[in-house]
This record gives sequence, structure tokens and C-alpha cells, in this order.
Amino acid sequence: MTSTAKVETKNLNLYYGPNHVLHDVSVQILPNKVTALIGPSGCGKSTLLRCFNRLNDLIVNTKIDGEVLLDGKNIYGNGMDVVDIRRRVGLIFQKPNPFPKSIYDNVTFGLKINGIREKKRIAETVEKSLNDTGLWEEVKDRLNTSALELSGGQQQRLCIARALAIEPEVILMDEPTSALDPAATFKIEELVSQLKKKYTIIIVTHNMQQAGRVSDYTGFLYLGKLIEFGKTNDIFTRPKEKLTENYISGRFG
Amino acid sequence: MDSKVKKRQLQQYIGFGILGACALFVVIILFIILYDIAVKGISTISWSFLSEPPRAGMTEGGILPAIIGTFFVTIITAVFSVPIGVGAAIYLSEYAQEGWLTRWIRASIRNLAGVPSIVYGLFGVALFVNTMSLGASILSAGLTLGLLTLPWIITTAEEAFQTVPKAYREGSLALGATPWQTIRRNVLPYAFPGILTGAILGISRAAGETAPILFTGVAFFLPQLPGSLTDQFMALPYHLYIMSTQHHAIEAVRPLAYGTALVLIILVFLLNLTAIILRYRLRKKYVR
Repeated sequence: MTSTAKVETKNLNLYYGPNHVLHDVSVQILPNKVTALIGPSGCGKSTLLRCFNRLNDLIVNTKIDGEVLLDGKNIYGNGMDVVDIRRRVGLIFQKPNPFPKSIYDNVTFGLKINGIREKKRIAETVEKSLNDTGLWEEVKDRLNTSALELSGGQQQRLCIARALAIEPEVILMDEPTSALDPAATFKIEELVSQLKKKYTIIIVTHNMQQAGRVSDYTGFLYLGKLIEFGKTNDIFTRPKEKLTENYISGRFG
Repeated sequence: MDSKVKKRQLQQYIGFGILGACALFVVIILFIILYDIAVKGISTISWSFLSEPPRAGMTEGGILPAIIGTFFVTIITAVFSVPIGVGAAIYLSEYAQEGWLTRWIRASIRNLAGVPSIVYGLFGVALFVNTMSLGASILSAGLTLGLLTLPWIITTAEEAFQTVPKAYREGSLALGATPWQTIRRNVLPYAFPGILTGAILGISRAAGETAPILFTGVAFFLPQLPGSLTDQFMALPYHLYIMSTQHHAIEAVRPLAYGTALVLIILVFLLNLTAIILRYRLRKKYVR
């Protein structure tokens, strides 16, 4: 199984200053699967997610030991280019964060910073990315209007399109529907199921029904420890750990 | 009504009244100053006052050399202080890790803002006029005013950077942008209105300063306009100072002094107005 994991952590520990946030987390994320990370607030699931594209580097006094492997290579190892890692591992944020630019400029942002200038390729990528997120029909006549005029759900799909435009290998989603209404949430969930054909997806969610609906594998974190990890079906129907059972049955969290 | 409620209401009225009076006091003082200068200065202002040099021992004629001098000094100030100030602000806001060096730099900037302007004047003489052999000139005075303006520009620009949402930075970095690409494309454009406003306000304040240019290049009277940046110059604030306190016939030139004051105030006001309009327009462009 080791050789097939797309992303893998080995004895990952993370400290914010004196706080030990992640304890010895070892997990294997399989390619073209959706893996959900669940757990109560403050359990470290978002922190773990941000280890996969090294966005935790931005927080001062963060110390990490252990390994995070992407295709078997430690992304925290010497000589790894953090910019390149973030190109390969996209991140969708909790609150939709389109840039205050036009819809078109949002999608092309990743291409432009990567030095892609060919007009034809850019136009094709915009159409394709927006198509993949189901936005194309909704916005094709107003690509030059501000992205901020879109609804919350459209903004979040635009952020996904923006991430898809640079063709990442892994897509991280940090509670991507927590700011959205049920209809918009449904669309995002459908999209996640579509996207796993091409991408490896890791999704952090507060919503256990969501984890049950969209994911193939689920990891339950509690107080910075990975308590249990397995097929979503197994975790939800016959958890091995008492803690997991208590959490998914709503006894705490 | 309950006496406790009445007492609370009374306290509320008194508190509100005192605070309102403080605010009103400031406005009244400003209007008295503006009114006094406008009424006494307006009759002096004419096209010839603005377009002619002083004549007859500065008892007649206009203030053209002072306007020109202030204009060029202000440009030097802006060219020197805005790029360095914004650069320093980018470093402090976006790159610097919190540590002793950053704390030390910030404390220095804050202290620099508190240094009296006459001290900047003396420093300007030592550094620009003498050590760098720029002489008493537009360049020396402009650079000295630039130093005076720097802490203000750095502070306001840093504040402008802080108002850019973290989500823009993280969103950009998560797409594989380098920190510099993130700053250039996703931070600077949104901080720009704030930076510009701060810069213009800082520069307009510098344009009205007298002490820093006193030893570094301003002249009592010059028969002709400056021909290059290494020439001495006349300036509005200094000219006003001369006309109000140093002239041999102070009473006779009082209208000229008021005219000069009015021109200076109008110039500063125009600069501030530009800042307000620019900020309003640029903000509208990026409203959520």
C-alpha cells in the first residue's frame, strides 16, 4: 500500500510555539479518492490539511518533525521548492476568497504567475476550468465582471476553477461549504465526486453527513491525534474506537 | 420615572455634551484660522501676485519664486521618500519575521517621527549640505524634508498593507505564487489607495515645513528663479516667516504675508483634496 499512496505522513508532529498541535500522525491518502478529515473544533484537522501544501510555513514559530510525502518525496525535505509544491497541491478555503478582480482574471491568475502567455491556451483553460466546475453556462457572458458580484456558492466554485486551472495533482478543501447554503453545498459535493476521477482530494469537514456522502476514506482526529482511519463506510457503521463512535453518534463535538 | 434612570440619563447627556463640545471646539478653531487668513489675504491675491517675483525690498510684487521653490522641493521630497518609505513598509509588513531586528526597526521609525523638525534641519546640513557636498540647495532641502516624511509614509503604508485581507495573500500563495508575485499582484493593488493617501498627506505636511529647509537651502530673497536642483530657492513657508517677523516694514507688508499664507493653505488643501478624491475613486474600484 505504501507505494500507491499519493500523499502520506509519517510520524508527523507539529508545534505552534509551546503548543503540541499534531501528535505522531501517520496517514496514507490514496490517489483518485476523496479522504475526509473529521473531528471536533481545534482537533488539528485544518492544521494537518495545511501541512500538505506547507501553508503552515506562514505561521511564525511553527515547528514540524516527521515527514509529509508527496509521491514518496518528503515535501519538508531539503531542496524542495515550496512554490512548486503549492502548484501541485491546491487549497480551497473555508470562506470563498476570490480575488477582487474579474472572473476571467481570477481563473487566469495561476497561469499568469506561472508565466503562461499564449492567449489561446489561456482562453481554453478558462473555459475548461469553468466547465469542470459547472460555472461556464452561468458566467460565460460576464467573464469581465467582478468575481465579487457572484453568489457565495458561485464564488466557491470559481475558487475551485481557479485551482483547477493550474492542473494540480491534489486538491485540499478546508470546510469548503461551511459558508454556503444547502443548495450551493449540494453543488460543491457533486463537484467533489466528479473531480476525484482526475484528482486526489482531501476534505476537512465539520459536517458528518457530508463526510459520509462524499468521501471514500475518513480519518477521525481528536486533540491532535489520528484516532482512527479507514473506509468511510467502516468508520461510520462499525468504528473500532469508542471515541470515534461517540463523536459520530453526536455525543460530543 | 425611576430616579436611578433619570440619573443615568443625566449622566448620559453630560457625557455626550462634553465630548461634543470637544469636537466642536476643534472645528471652531480651524474655521477661525481659515476665516482670518482668507478675509485678510484674499484682497492681496491676484494674477500678478502669483506670477511675479517680489519687488522693492519685498514690499511689492508677488511670490512666484516661492511657489516655484516649494513646488520643486516638494517633488524632490516625494521622489525620495515615497519609494523608500513604501519599500520599507513592504519589508516590515510582508517579509520581516517578528524578532529583535524588526522591533528595533519599528521603534526607530516611531522615534524618528517624534524628532523635532529643526533637528532634521541640522541633520540635513551635516549630511546633505556638508558631508555629501550638495550645498544649500533644492536637493538638500528636498532630501531633508524627505527624511522628515519617511516615518509617516512608512507607518501609513504599513497600515494600508495590514488592511488587505489575509485571504488574498493565502489564496495567492496556495496557487503557487511566490511571495513577491503575491505582493505585486495581490497586495500592492489593494493597499495602493491607502498608500497614496498617506503619501500625499505626508508630503503636503512637508510642503508647509520651515525649520528643515532653514539651513539646507532656502533663501531670504533671490532675484531670479532657481536654474537647477543645486541652486538655492525661495519657499512659501519661509517667505511667510520672513514677511511676518523678519521684514524691515512688517506692518506695511502684512497684506502680502496674509496673501502668502492663503496661497500656502490653498496649496496644501488642494493636495489633501487630491488625496481624498483618489482614495474615494480607487476604493470604489475594489468595493466588495
